[in-house]
Amino acid sequence: MRIELEKRPERSATMAWASPLIAVLATVVTGGLIFAAIGKPPLTALWIFFLEPFSSLWSLEELVVKATPLILIGVGLSVAYRANVWNIGAEGQFTFGALMGAIVPIFFNSWQSPLTLVAMLALGVLGGMIWAAIPALLKIKAGANEILVSLMLVYVAQLLLDWLVRGPWRDPKGYNFPKSVGFEDWQTMPVFGGGRLNLGIVLALVAAAALAILMRRTMKGFEVRVLGEAPRAGRFAGFSSDRMTLFVFLLSGGLAGLAGIVEVASTVGQLQPNISPGYGFTAIIVAFLGRLDPIGVVVAALMLAVSYLGGEAAQVALGISDKAARVFQGVLLFWVLACDTLIYYRLRIVRTAPVAEEGAR
Amino acid sequence: MKKWSALTRRDAMASAFAGSVAVALSASLAGPAAAADKLKAAWVYVGPVGDFGYSYQHDQGRLAVEKALGDKVQTTFVENVPEGPDAERAIERLARDGNKLIFTTSFGFMDPTLKVAKKFPDVKFEHATGYKRADNVATYSARFYEGRYVIGQIAGKMTKSGTVGYIVSFPIPEVVSGINAFMLGAQSVNPNVKVKIIWVNSWYDPGKEADAAKVLIGQGADILTQHTDSTAALQVAQEKGILGFGQSSDMDKFAPKAQITAIVDDWSHYYIGRVKAALDGSWKAIDTWDGMKEDAVVLPPIKNVPDDVKAMAEKTAAAIKAGTLKPFGGKITKQDGSTVENLDDGAILSMNWYVKGIDDKLPQ
Amino acid sequence: MDQSALLAVLLTIVTASTPLLLAALGELVTERAGVLNLGVEGMMVMGAVAGFAVALTTGSPYLGILAAAAAGALLSVPFGFLTLNLVANQVATGLALTLLGLGLSGLIGERFVGQPGVRLSKLHIPGLSDIPFVGPLLFGQDILVYLSIVLAVLVSWVVFRTRLGLILRAVGDNHASAHALGYSVVRVRWMAVLFGGALAGLGGGYLSLAYTPQWIENMTAGRGWIALALVVFSSWLPSRLVIGAYLFGAVTILGFFVQGLGVGVPAQLLSSLPYIVTIAALVVISTRRGRARADTPACLGQPFVPDR
Repeated sequence: MRIELEKRPERSATMAWASPLIAVLATVVTGGLIFAAIGKPPLTALWIFFLEPFSSLWSLEELVVKATPLILIGVGLSVAYRANVWNIGAEGQFTFGALMGAIVPIFFNSWQSPLTLVAMLALGVLGGMIWAAIPALLKIKAGANEILVSLMLVYVAQLLLDWLVRGPWRDPKGYNFPKSVGFEDWQTMPVFGGGRLNLGIVLALVAAAALAILMRRTMKGFEVRVLGEAPRAGRFAGFSSDRMTLFVFLLSGGLAGLAGIVEVASTVGQLQPNISPGYGFTAIIVAFLGRLDPIGVVVAALMLAVSYLGGEAAQVALGISDKAARVFQGVLLFWVLACDTLIYYRLRIVRTAPVAEEGAR
Repeated sequence: MKKWSALTRRDAMASAFAGSVAVALSASLAGPAAAADKLKAAWVYVGPVGDFGYSYQHDQGRLAVEKALGDKVQTTFVENVPEGPDAERAIERLARDGNKLIFTTSFGFMDPTLKVAKKFPDVKFEHATGYKRADNVATYSARFYEGRYVIGQIAGKMTKSGTVGYIVSFPIPEVVSGINAFMLGAQSVNPNVKVKIIWVNSWYDPGKEADAAKVLIGQGADILTQHTDSTAALQVAQEKGILGFGQSSDMDKFAPKAQITAIVDDWSHYYIGRVKAALDGSWKAIDTWDGMKEDAVVLPPIKNVPDDVKAMAEKTAAAIKAGTLKPFGGKITKQDGSTVENLDDGAILSMNWYVKGIDDKLPQ
Repeated sequence: MDQSALLAVLLTIVTASTPLLLAALGELVTERAGVLNLGVEGMMVMGAVAGFAVALTTGSPYLGILAAAAAGALLSVPFGFLTLNLVANQVATGLALTLLGLGLSGLIGERFVGQPGVRLSKLHIPGLSDIPFVGPLLFGQDILVYLSIVLAVLVSWVVFRTRLGLILRAVGDNHASAHALGYSVVRVRWMAVLFGGALAGLGGGYLSLAYTPQWIENMTAGRGWIALALVVFSSWLPSRLVIGAYLFGAVTILGFFVQGLGVGVPAQLLSSLPYIVTIAALVVISTRRGRARADTPACLGQPFVPDR
């Protein structure tokens, strides 16, 4: 028995809606089996996993807070990947952006005005761009592969941050513990309500909308797609792939840097050795899950956030371990990715598998 | 207040959850006590409980609470909570879930703990290794440096090459005071002893710890100690036929020929005491810094050394327990040549300088 | 540096580099077939837990090695099915595989925490292994170290000197033509994915059997990512992969060595050197080669569906 794919003449609109539902259904079945296997009540576990994040205003707010950096980074990466440029070092750009933006509260601690926050955000973007410019320029000038350079720079940025907060940028009143001064008032993102929901989500949605327009309605978006899909044709059309590499690196790096400063100025509130639970890497999944489309990225980021928060809720409510939650998350992603295929392909199950035939076809 | 309505609505949801969960649990466990009588206590860990180090030892403390107090308490934990944006949410989730006593076990949880504590004045919080307190936030830590003084003395006596290797994670005051206490202990019996230090920039990466151990041995160290969580360095010591010490937990099983003793974090007495205090209403937001006297820092029986060394170490340990010997009590010469005397807890808690004789520089 | 210190450093470099080399070799073959599997970290950590568990329960580190390779290959099966049979996106599927592997290994390993493992012993050839300095370095390693080198040579030979290698490269460079010539692109890629999984599993098994015989969660600590970067560094050439893995290991260990000397350079700077040196070396290599991405398999990451 063998599965064959048959390309649909055009993408199936029905399946575009149905495939996520099939994926969720399949996840519910497999997830239920996993939970039953580790001796937890499957229905309660599934209910908590999927619905707890929507069960109260607080958890909804937290869902948005968790999705914010994923959207900011993910939309930028989606454009880069569309252009066939492989920035996988967003985590480093996030870190360097946070670090640059933090210069304001650390060195100009008494400056308090709305401009303080503007300056921090601008420096955050600039920081992300600087860190992203390195792999871009090394690729353009020296032909160095951007996957390696951007990934390696993640570790360098993290070690730099580590050194700064343990040494020169340490809070002088912090008993020599590794953290900077706390950010106050205009050094933090304005919040909505009494929780952690903050202006960051507005920036994220604006970025997503802007990039959706860029990709759909502008010449630049066309250029990105052409150079990504048919680089030779793009060059004949007079587009420069070097300039494109730099453009998408600066764009995705700047947004990752913005996510970095937004995060330290909201949920973290200071500079410290750990400022990200791997947002830059999770955002890569988000970008592809969102089918490299800025609006899709918003949906995918929310989905990933649900899977993280649901896993945490299941830990607290049922004692389902963090490991089981991660397995469940992996299974969920597998199903979503597998079902995506149905949009472009029809599945055909061939009963016998004539081994030699395939070669002859 | 807008937030308040959200809170109450969520509480209703939470009790609905708790109800369904309780039904499921009581069906399988057949616990006689109603959930309402129990104190719900929760722990937040920075690593996985399977690290066999720091988080593992805290979880052993939680299990001891369950064992000691049985059906008076219901415990929960969240593991692998990174010190960053997720910490506050994990802590608040536990508070919203009806936990009345929450232990946050890593330094990086300090500010998130205080933020959540402000929102939940009737929940008691306990933050490990930090320095900020509030009406409902207590702090606690253990005087690991006391144990390090004792093992430093053993190392000073036992080294033949005069060089001891010390593998460390991150330069925080707890680690620095550990290095200094170790050095002072070693110098008390061997004034010319040298301590070589390698920072691996990680709490647990067994491979790197093993690498550092091998390099230190190659550079002449014949005793190893470490302030990282895995058993890797000790295993290398055993393989190379030299001696070493366990860290966080008793690692004798991993290196029976190499481990002299270990610095075991034992949180069980503290946790049991605090949960009892919460149950009988005597809980206060105090700062606790227990050491060897209170059995918060425990040295398993000393072995693999001659009897006279063992006797010396036991005498030193007894003196520390009795309070007659304070590792940072005497006159101490710093690396830069200046001297200090009789350090108080504040100075130890924020230590960021080395004693004379240590061949390393701290980030300033 | 006296002789014993030098020997210690060299021996440590070998152990630090071997898991990277093993995992990267597997990924190199996978990528040569045009498949980008970012799940190396997940497959490594599965190999680590499986190797540990089997060695502990059977008492045989050699069965542990086999189990590690099998576990890595087994975890690559869902990846292969999704990306090859269902043409799911390779990058996202690989990252999901890492999540799955880290979670699954933690679950399996729960009851092995805090148990000493079985060490894969080093070979001892009477006479040869006892030669001062050279003996322990060349004739006193464990079997996986030799295997990693042998495999590097073997992979290099197969990829460039055999028909199988020609097919592998054809599939990775131009799957449409390979298909037109009558080769089953999907079947070749399946084999490459399984091979990559098995070798990643071996790399993980090296950690829990030879490097540090113990199991703790996430004990791979990011080595899978370094292995991925090293494949890029090697420009998909096995010989350069050996250089890359040993360069990375050497700079890491030298950083520790310099720290041990007590020179007072910030530890974070020394820790970042392996990454910086790798970037610098790549830039030099790339500039000298002149052309960008000369050896990148042209179909890397692209799904293949035969037309009919």
